Amino acid sequence: MTETAQIETNTNMDHIEGLDSETKEFLTVMIAGQRFGIPILGIEDVLRSQKMTHIPLSPPEIAGALNLRGRIVTAIDMRCRLSVEPQEYTGKEMSVVVEHEHELYSLIIDSVGDVLRLKNQDFEKNPPTLDASWRDISMGIYRMDGELLVILDVPKLLETIQNN
Amino acid sequence: MDDLIGEFLEETNESLEELDLDLVNLEQNPNDNDLLSKIFRLVHTIKGTCGFLGLPRLEKCAHHAENVLGRFRDGDLAVTPEYVTLIFESIDAIKFIVAGLAETGGEPEGDDAALIAKLDAVYEGKPASDADSAEESAPAVEEPAPEPPAEKAAGELPAIEEKELMTGQVPEDELQAIFDQTEVTADYSTPAAETPAEPEPPAPEKADPPPPPPAEKAAAPAVKTEAPIINQTLRVNVDVLEDLMTMVSEMVLTRNQLMQILRSQTDSEFTAPLQRLNHVVSDLQEGVMKTRMQPIGNAWSKLPRIIRDLSLELDKEIDLVMSGQDTELDRQVLELIKDPLTHMVRNSADHGVEMPDVRKAAGKPELGTINLNAYHEGGHIIIEIIDDGKGLPMDKIKTKILEKELATEEELAEMSMQQIQQFIFNAGFSTAAAVTSVSGRGVGMDVVRTNIEKIGGAVELKSIEGKGSTFTIKIPLTLAIVSALIVESSKERFAIPQLSVRELVMASDKGDNKIEMINGTPVFRLRDRLLPLVPLSDLLKLTGHHGATNEAKIDSDDATENAGNKNSDSAENTAADVPENNTKTSSLLKGNQYIIVTQIGSYSFGIVVDRVYDTEEIVVKPVPSILRDIELFSGNTILGDGTVIMILDPNGIARATGEMKSAEDDDKDAAGTVEQFYDDSRQKTSLLLFNAVDDTPKTVPLSLVARLENIDLTTVERSGGQMMLQYRGDLMPLIPYNTSMEIGTEGEKPILVFSDKGKSMGLIVDQIVDITEEYIDVQLEGQQPGVVGSAIIDGKATDVIDVGFFLGKVDQRWFMDHGEEAFEDGDGTSTAPDGAKPKLSGKKRILLVDDSPFFRNMLSPLLNVAGYEVTSLEGAIPALELCERGAEFDLIISDIEMPEMNGFEFAEKIKTGTGAWLEVPMVALTSHATEEDIQRGKDVGFTEYVAKFDRETLLNTLTQTLTGR
Repeated sequence: MTETAQIETNTNMDHIEGLDSETKEFLTVMIAGQRFGIPILGIEDVLRSQKMTHIPLSPPEIAGALNLRGRIVTAIDMRCRLSVEPQEYTGKEMSVVVEHEHELYSLIIDSVGDVLRLKNQDFEKNPPTLDASWRDISMGIYRMDGELLVILDVPKLLETIQNN
Repeated sequence: MDDLIGEFLEETNESLEELDLDLVNLEQNPNDNDLLSKIFRLVHTIKGTCGFLGLPRLEKCAHHAENVLGRFRDGDLAVTPEYVTLIFESIDAIKFIVAGLAETGGEPEGDDAALIAKLDAVYEGKPASDADSAEESAPAVEEPAPEPPAEKAAGELPAIEEKELMTGQVPEDELQAIFDQTEVTADYSTPAAETPAEPEPPAPEKADPPPPPPAEKAAAPAVKTEAPIINQTLRVNVDVLEDLMTMVSEMVLTRNQLMQILRSQTDSEFTAPLQRLNHVVSDLQEGVMKTRMQPIGNAWSKLPRIIRDLSLELDKEIDLVMSGQDTELDRQVLELIKDPLTHMVRNSADHGVEMPDVRKAAGKPELGTINLNAYHEGGHIIIEIIDDGKGLPMDKIKTKILEKELATEEELAEMSMQQIQQFIFNAGFSTAAAVTSVSGRGVGMDVVRTNIEKIGGAVELKSIEGKGSTFTIKIPLTLAIVSALIVESSKERFAIPQLSVRELVMASDKGDNKIEMINGTPVFRLRDRLLPLVPLSDLLKLTGHHGATNEAKIDSDDATENAGNKNSDSAENTAADVPENNTKTSSLLKGNQYIIVTQIGSYSFGIVVDRVYDTEEIVVKPVPSILRDIELFSGNTILGDGTVIMILDPNGIARATGEMKSAEDDDKDAAGTVEQFYDDSRQKTSLLLFNAVDDTPKTVPLSLVARLENIDLTTVERSGGQMMLQYRGDLMPLIPYNTSMEIGTEGEKPILVFSDKGKSMGLIVDQIVDITEEYIDVQLEGQQPGVVGSAIIDGKATDVIDVGFFLGKVDQRWFMDHGEEAFEDGDGTSTAPDGAKPKLSGKKRILLVDDSPFFRNMLSPLLNVAGYEVTSLEGAIPALELCERGAEFDLIISDIEMPEMNGFEFAEKIKTGTGAWLEVPMVALTSHATEEDIQRGKDVGFTEYVAKFDRETLLNTLTQTLTGR
């Protein structure tokens, strides 16, 4: 079991190398009561709620565009992306800026938690029974004490918006 | 030392490119001393530097070329094409050596003895004097010319020269260059406009400066100092520029924050310095943005030389006229289009422009012209390559297409000229009979197209045999700076590239400048033309966003409530609420609106917005790939205040509103718009004006209306949802103009009776307004069924209704039964009692040939109604094709004035041929029914000649002709 998990880890996550090969670091975020992990090396920035420009005719997941130090960042409403109930913007939500194919995206989430260093042996691929819409965005799951951490597959979750 | 060679190579390559251009110019202006001095200096610099670097072969070449140039400069030797060719040869030799140097780091093996011998022969051809003495004998004005061999004669900038010399080891020429670069950077903000950033000094401009300002003649040195500055550059890595750009943007944001704070404070001591900072930052931002752009002239710098060489080689006389060199585009894009452009220009010179004698014989000037234009259009850069040569040989192309089996003969026959011409972009398609050293190797236009399409561009071709060809390359500017108009709609701001904006018009709900509705479609009267309008908030579905959502809901609720409450008989009231989109666009009719008149190609339309702000120079950034399929945006950008804003793509809007056609269709359209619905003859037509449903006046040609009646609604009977009226002993179906129209059961209503041979129908309207005589010029195609389009009649936008539509709305079967009963001139087919099965074979078949769709639309239902089976075609040629395919008709009705083949020719073709239609009677239909016309018509074989719009006579004639047969 551990061995298969190990292999999975290596193929799936070689782009998020941690400080040593045994552990990796993740920023944890909350979206609609669920804790998610984002590979920390892929994160450009963490922002408070920003002034956004609405983009007409865009897919519903796209919350707008914002200016991050002279670069245009496309904001993704993660609640919408995960098909969980939408929430009125309160101004308290945060966003995590990631780069994908030389373009910046900001993922709007409810709140930001700690940075966790997690052992590779605790990683498991998605249970096959996971809802299809979540399988698109999840890279796999970490077993933590008393809680499961869903690791966001950022490239995939962005690409699947495109395909819609 | 390696670094030095690297720098030398870069600099030399730049100089060489310039030399090509300058020499071509020199050939044309042999007496331009400034130019000559510059060339001399460039060659001299090369010589000097390679002497220093220890490159003997290169030095030798340059030295001997310089000698000859010295003679030119001293006026001892006239500048002739032969000599220029010789100099070119030396330049080529230098290029060859430089290329070798770049590859291997050392000079390539070889000997330039032959070239040097030639150069020396020219040099010694006249009383010999060595280069140095020649310089001394140079005229006084020339003296300050850059001539810095041994004794640092770069006199024009002596002070700097000396200062630079302090550094010792570096040759003065290089220092000179470095100094000049620095100079440029320092002066950047001011002379930048005139000085293209890269090595392409627009030659004509350069040729100009010396003669015009007489004052400068005296101060000749001043003029000269300009020359070296013009073409200097600083090499900066693009990444550095990108970083710089990002940092400047950040700075702008910080500046904005500061300004914000400042605004809340009165009497701050920071006010003045912050204002200054504000301006500096703005200038800085602008300057950094500009560094990424290059004028397209950079990609063209090689072309004059290429054309010159070609004209010599091919013995043609070709003039290359370039305009729009300053059009800026992204550096990367520039690199990518360089080769395709060169190839196309070469092609034009080789295949396009004919030999002088051929041109003369064709009545053209011997000097062929190739025009190269560049300009911005609607977020794109357009590059045109126009030659006045022989055009594409259609026959050859067709043969080649068949040979390569790219299409069958039948397919070809159906293709338009343009479609056939596009085949030259297929792989391996070259029509040049002989392979020249220039082109015709079968790798050509396909590569060009692939390369252009790679950067998201498109290439189009228009060619007229004997007249020339035009290639149009359209490249999207992904990273260009454009001037944009900032507008607001539904509280959201957008940028519209100003290049496609023709004018701004303010429309208000009061007065003449108001937006009018045609059944919910907004239009605006702009100088007696109807301008179709595109409300931006509708287009972008903005109403459902932000706080506007609620308002919109309330609005529509109100509307429904109104409709519910006042569910009265008042037709006006209902009319106002009926068309669904009326509620959506009705806001257009309130308050002040701005119309941005936009033009894409020949199509003009107005974008309706709530507010217009300022114009701003913006850097177009591509939209993220996630949004790329929204074609209404060409990019996005960050405004000066730090807000992200979407840039509207006028092309996309034009496409989205369904009016945009590809360039292929453009020609057809241009010809088609005017006569789209009415023929060219611009005949005045009697029109009946009436009102129904909404406020837009409606009209129908009076000739189609049999009678106007006022009916008593109590006498209207209903059967199966169909309203009927006993009318002159028959049951006549009635239909309301619009299903939403409220027809009460009491009172009177006007109806228009369309009648034919005992069959009638009534169209219920609200009010008969007038009868008028007007030229109908349908300007907008109808957006909803029942309307052919809109025209200006009596100064108002008026719907021209489609009678055929209403005839069709009446129960078809009912109509057909009656039709067959009523008609006795048929061939006696018994009428099927239920009328359900159409007895098409029993009907007479009529072919209607008329180029005006309006006329066809109007006549076909009439003829249909009269019991004929009608096939209508837009011209004589398709008709003849139909004939060949064996279609059979009992009668042909043909218009006389038609494009391509007129009615007379058409009749002649049929009546003199051996085709199947030899015996078919033909009726001519025309607006010109003079005696001569009629005689001519009879001569060519028309049985009858009927005036257009004379419906009664036409139908009579048909009956007579058909029965009389």
